[in-house]
Amino acid sequence: MERAVRLKVNGQEHRVLVPPHRTLLEVLREDLGLVGTKHGCELGECGVCTVLVDGEPALSCLVLAHEVEGHEVTTVEGLATDGQLHPVQRAFVESGALQCGYCTPAMVLVTKALLDRVPEPSGEQVREAVAGVFCRCTGYVKILEAVQAAARRLREARA
Amino acid sequence: MRVLEERERVFSVVGQRLPRVDGWAKVSGRAQYTDDLTLPGMLFGKLVRSTHAHARLVSVRLERALKVPGVVAAITGRDVPVRYSVFPVGQDETALAVDRVRYVGEPVAALAAVDPYTAEEAARLVEVEYEPLPARMDLEEALRNPEPRIHDSGPFGNVHRLASLEFGDVEAGFAEADHVREDLFFYGGNTHAPLEPHSALAWWDPGARKLTVWTSHQGPHYLHRGLARALGLEEHQVRVVVPAVGGGFGGKLDIFHHEVCAAKLSMLTGRPVKITLTREEVFYAHRGRHPELLRIRTGVKRDGRIVAMHVEAYLDGGAYCSFGPATLLYAGTQQPVTYRIPHYRFQGVRVFTNKPPCGPKRGHGTPQARCALEVHLDKLSEDLGLDPVELRLRNLTGPNELTVNWLEITSNGLRACIEKVVEASGWRQRRGRLPYGRGLGFACSAYLTGAGGSIYYSDMPHSEVHLRVDRSGGVTVYTMATEIGQGSATAVATIVAEVLGLQPQDISLVTSDTDLTPIDLGSYSSRVTLMVGNAAYEAACRARDLLLDAVAERLQVPRSRLVAQSRRIFDRATPEVGASFAQAAQWAEARFGCLATSGSYRPPQKLGTYKGSGVGPSPAYTFSACVAEVQADPETGEVKVERVWVAHDIGRALNPVLVEGQVEGSVHMALGEALMEEQAFRKELHRGPSWLDYKVPTVYEMPEVITFLVETDEPRAPFSAKEVGQGPLLCVVPAILNAIADALKVRVDEVPATPEKVLKALEEQRKGRTGRVGPTKVPPFSFPPPERVPRPQSWEEAAQPA
Repeated sequence: MERAVRLKVNGQEHRVLVPPHRTLLEVLREDLGLVGTKHGCELGECGVCTVLVDGEPALSCLVLAHEVEGHEVTTVEGLATDGQLHPVQRAFVESGALQCGYCTPAMVLVTKALLDRVPEPSGEQVREAVAGVFCRCTGYVKILEAVQAAARRLREARA
Repeated sequence: MRVLEERERVFSVVGQRLPRVDGWAKVSGRAQYTDDLTLPGMLFGKLVRSTHAHARLVSVRLERALKVPGVVAAITGRDVPVRYSVFPVGQDETALAVDRVRYVGEPVAALAAVDPYTAEEAARLVEVEYEPLPARMDLEEALRNPEPRIHDSGPFGNVHRLASLEFGDVEAGFAEADHVREDLFFYGGNTHAPLEPHSALAWWDPGARKLTVWTSHQGPHYLHRGLARALGLEEHQVRVVVPAVGGGFGGKLDIFHHEVCAAKLSMLTGRPVKITLTREEVFYAHRGRHPELLRIRTGVKRDGRIVAMHVEAYLDGGAYCSFGPATLLYAGTQQPVTYRIPHYRFQGVRVFTNKPPCGPKRGHGTPQARCALEVHLDKLSEDLGLDPVELRLRNLTGPNELTVNWLEITSNGLRACIEKVVEASGWRQRRGRLPYGRGLGFACSAYLTGAGGSIYYSDMPHSEVHLRVDRSGGVTVYTMATEIGQGSATAVATIVAEVLGLQPQDISLVTSDTDLTPIDLGSYSSRVTLMVGNAAYEAACRARDLLLDAVAERLQVPRSRLVAQSRRIFDRATPEVGASFAQAAQWAEARFGCLATSGSYRPPQKLGTYKGSGVGPSPAYTFSACVAEVQADPETGEVKVERVWVAHDIGRALNPVLVEGQVEGSVHMALGEALMEEQAFRKELHRGPSWLDYKVPTVYEMPEVITFLVETDEPRAPFSAKEVGQGPLLCVVPAILNAIADALKVRVDEVPATPEKVLKALEEQRKGRTGRVGPTKVPPFSFPPPERVPRPQSWEEAAQPA
């Protein structure tokens, strides 16, 4: 049994017809073609499928599509505007905070969510923010640097 | 403007902290991984896996599954019966089990359906009848019970491969020793766990009779050969394309069941078929670190100089060959690369067990023996009342020497690496003087910059590169160098950009497509920077020659005065006389026609002639040293690694940001291996094939990492650039174990050193016994007498009395 679900993703309205058990991850990747959100374990363990729902990180593999009706979903595709990378994305590239790139969309999003809330985060706050997303390549060292670099960049832009 | 001579030139891109060339695509979510791809009419495949560790396969019935609406095709081992393996001596796997299953998780059937749900539902309806056989779940059990044999391929019982080599005269060496020590160590198996699960999309074009497979893989060339064999096709009928890869670490190098099955299902249905593994299935695909038991006996003089060493290695190989023959030999090759060992014996055995096959994981075959050796040397230094660092310094190899096992060391920065970490960590002031519970540990290591031998015998190059310059000045490089996150694309672009006077982002890369790109053997053994790099360097130099010739002719400037720099080609005497790169390209095309060059690289011939001498040689070795600082809690047994100092002899860093990233990632993986990661089994089942049960370090466990890059002059490497992807991992694991010993005065001679083991060692100590956990005996097994290999002349001369 399928039902129509209205979704707002990266500012755009979508209407999809899906079975009620279909996850947000599946709808994003398979119905909307937004494959920037990565498929990892589908058990809520690795965090690579993280998206933002109303600006807060959520594991899209554990959220059903119909649960986010009426909420704003942001995926990695929604960060860059007019071909310009978001300051968080620029900081990740410049700091060398990515290698295979599979965790990167999620890392970038959890960083954005943190910095939207806490412009000058402590080391502990940064670790807490990224702890839900696994990275197997970088040892997190340059990710932590990138988050602080992004914070500086955003503060300078605001000043 | 002063233009520098080539030798003294400050490089424009080499050594700069530039962004990686695939950074934009990855950070914006635009990078396409295999599971992101879809094709019209695509079907979704699913494997059915064995629920028995060892059984005769009586029947596999597909009827009920095929009746499910939406199921298009299903196959069993009868449909894909050809045996294959990356190793020519292996050839013991089939894409689906035929007659026998050898581990829980081994695929027995595969099907394709219109959507993933249908495929999964139908997979549950495949009826498999098993007749269970006794399962051998560890080394000792497999050796103790030779029947029924898991395979008929090894020499006897469950022995898969044997090695027994002696360089010099080990017994005579021991006779010279003032002190001899023997230790046992067990290295638990662990797995790569890349974040991206394996995925393959196959499409058979019936008109062209051509198969294309897009796959998350790190060795497209070997896969290309393997797929052709397994499917009964000619190699030219198979095209392998590697999209972005979400991590490999050695875990995506074999020929995998889902790749062959997706291809076969596509050939049967005429439709594209994609199979993406679940996280659980990735643990069954495995090919990870071999569980390995080691016995090391070393004789030393009173002053600490090593006179003889005997290493015995017992490898638990799991159910198939995989890369096992190399893994076994690697256990013995690298010890003489860090330390001078005048008489050296290595004996090893790889045993089949009923577990997912072990294979190459970061450091392939060397971390286990390295860890055992570095822990052993720590204990030796205690015996002798020497500082552990001092003991190593008295035995170090140097540059330009031949090891006792015929490996040729060229550049060697190990001494400088040791000085860096010892200095920075305050080793000499702090070690042994920290409060109970806090400790420092030290270790060294060495690794290959690329395997000197290919996996199948050939005298052809290991790497080839094509390069094209178009009339707009665009440069395209065609290379099979496979980017798995390690930065191969950036390394190649950096080398070509440096030669042509461009920036890395100016270089277009066409990579890892067996139809479009010339050979590279793959992203393994840390070979890409040196081998693809040398081929790219040669292709770029040839292109530069054409450009310089054309500019010299047009501008009537002596060619020797021309340089390519800052996207121009100009006269170094009068820099304003010159042409833009695009202008130069047009003049060159007008003069020479199509501008296409190529380069290739073949490693130097190996020097050893003994059986097994093909494993170990490398054009250049890297060296690393590490000090780890831990805080260990005697109440809970928990070990927190707080700080790690690593120095790595990189030759030269093409891009220091990427090099540091490899060191930091190595520390992460080493930390997991040292303290928590284990591919363990409960009876016949994997103990926890999920991220929750298979513990990896998170951001909270990561220590502070202080990295030092030591530069050495390596004439065999492009711009002196040696490897960094694997070497730095090796010294970190034993440094952590040695730090635990310094902190708590007990020894955990087994990884992972979990809190339970730490507590057990403390408990032993409290009971007045040796404060140690770890193996106490080796399995009942006698090695064949070693093949006596003459030592290189330099060793015989050194042995002569002056």
